[in-house]
Amino acid sequence: MPVEIDIEHVARLARLDLTDEEKERLKAQLGLILEHAAKVGEVATADVEPTASAIPRVNVLRPDEPTPSIATDEALSNAPEAEDGRFRVPRIVEVE
Amino acid sequence: MTELCDLTASALAGMLRAGETSSAEITASCIGRIDAVDGSVAAFLTRTDDLARGQAGRADERLAAGGSPAVCGIPLALKDVLAARGVRATCGSRILETYVPPYDCTAWARLSAAGSVLLGKTNCDEFAMGSSNENSAFGPVHNPWDLGTVPGGSSGGSAAAVAAGEAVWALGTDTGGSVRQPASLCGVVGLKPTYGLISRYGLIAFASSLDTVGTFTRSVRDAASLLSVLAGRDRMDATSLGEQPRDYAAALEGDVRGLRVGVVLEAFGEGVQPGVKASVQGAIDALAALGCEIGEASLPHTDYALSAYYLIAPSEASSNLARYDGVRYGLRVEGGDSVEMMARTRGAGFGPEVKRRIMLGTYALSAGYYEAYYGQAQKVRTLIIRDYERAFAGFDLLVSPTSPTTAFRIGERADDPLAMYLSDVFTIPANLAGTPAISIPSGLDEAGLPVGVQLTAPILGEPLLLRVAHALEGALAFDARPRLLEG
Repeated sequence: MPVEIDIEHVARLARLDLTDEEKERLKAQLGLILEHAAKVGEVATADVEPTASAIPRVNVLRPDEPTPSIATDEALSNAPEAEDGRFRVPRIVEVE
Repeated sequence: MTELCDLTASALAGMLRAGETSSAEITASCIGRIDAVDGSVAAFLTRTDDLARGQAGRADERLAAGGSPAVCGIPLALKDVLAARGVRATCGSRILETYVPPYDCTAWARLSAAGSVLLGKTNCDEFAMGSSNENSAFGPVHNPWDLGTVPGGSSGGSAAAVAAGEAVWALGTDTGGSVRQPASLCGVVGLKPTYGLISRYGLIAFASSLDTVGTFTRSVRDAASLLSVLAGRDRMDATSLGEQPRDYAAALEGDVRGLRVGVVLEAFGEGVQPGVKASVQGAIDALAALGCEIGEASLPHTDYALSAYYLIAPSEASSNLARYDGVRYGLRVEGGDSVEMMARTRGAGFGPEVKRRIMLGTYALSAGYYEAYYGQAQKVRTLIIRDYERAFAGFDLLVSPTSPTTAFRIGERADDPLAMYLSDVFTIPANLAGTPAISIPSGLDEAGLPVGVQLTAPILGEPLLLRVAHALEGALAFDARPRLLEG
């Protein structure tokens, strides 16, 4: 059976504005894809360890030495809006 | 007519050193071909003709001085998810339409230092999500073998460019088959190395535990030549492996007699076109004639690999693509507050497939569903790795078709995501297990479209993989050319 999804909730989590038409289509498509994907549950038994990476690497360290980094003006060169050497964004916190 | 731009890099490297041509001439030949055919192929999103001419001039000086690396002066194309400083990198997305990276990816940095010549950035499925190149925000790429068909994806532009003589070789990326499948559909050689062998720094991330940089070439020797420059530890990528630099071309010679090659049973079932089966069987017969011992191998969880992939990759993508928030780079669509600005930006900037995968991944990682989807998929990944361990206990290499089908018509699968996802059923397992794999042309089907045969080796088995692929390539002697270039 296709999986039922709360599209509004998932879109909010993903910070993704969707049109009503997109929501409708995604609800149907994701339901089918997830029905197929749920097959993983058929073979993934409790005694199987999960794998996050095929070639695991642990504690990859380098010497803690300061090196030149990207310049501020370069870092800001693609910014939609910048001011005083910083990224400028719309208001985040309501002010009383 | 064969021109300089149609030759292999190794042939051109020999001519350069014999003084028979120059990088400037080869580069002009590639640019001429792009001018002639890219109006119909649409492989390039950004051309860097002037940059290429300048680099070719400097390469010719290095060549004249002697001692230059094998890749020096050979023109290359880069998939548009790989950053080259000062050259627009769109990832095939509206959200990055004007993004100009202020740094080089490590792969291009190494090639550039070796004297490589950059022709431009190639079209691809948006953020490398797709198997047909139809998900590019800037239009599809057309397969040079039949302009009405797709080149495969997601690295469709790189594959088509090499097939059409627009570049001598190209880089792509392979997360679930995005180098091997388009190489198969375009009749070129596509190598996906072991995960971590080539640094991912500057590869604009899709699914970090699966992403690899791969190569498109006209010969296995050329793939070995590129890999020799690209492989190796990079302190900018903590997942890059500590392999010592080596000359992979030196591994090409040598006998393949007595090597055990396992035919993957699961890759010859229903859904595989008869023309694909027949051509790949021909390649298996050729391996037997070369003295390989052929046997039946099994990857019993192949069916589940697709399901696991379409949970793991979108989950990682939903996290990676959170960075497109309208703040630091890319598109911004204004909104009342920051959250509204972000949601509007992402709604306007991402295309349908990217939205689908972000939603899929967000759902699979969300509270209450994480264990049932992402957690279970990670366990299936373990089972896939065990499948390979068992198979490689009995075989040195595995062989299968690269793709169940040859190039399909543009638009044919556009409205059916599940059918499209099945394009990668034979390539995805190697990404989940991290193993190296290569696709080389095995022949043409009854419609005259190229078929690819895939060889897979154990982790870091590139020398053996390339040696067998080189021997098989010699035995098959595939020399057909796209119709576009005939007559």
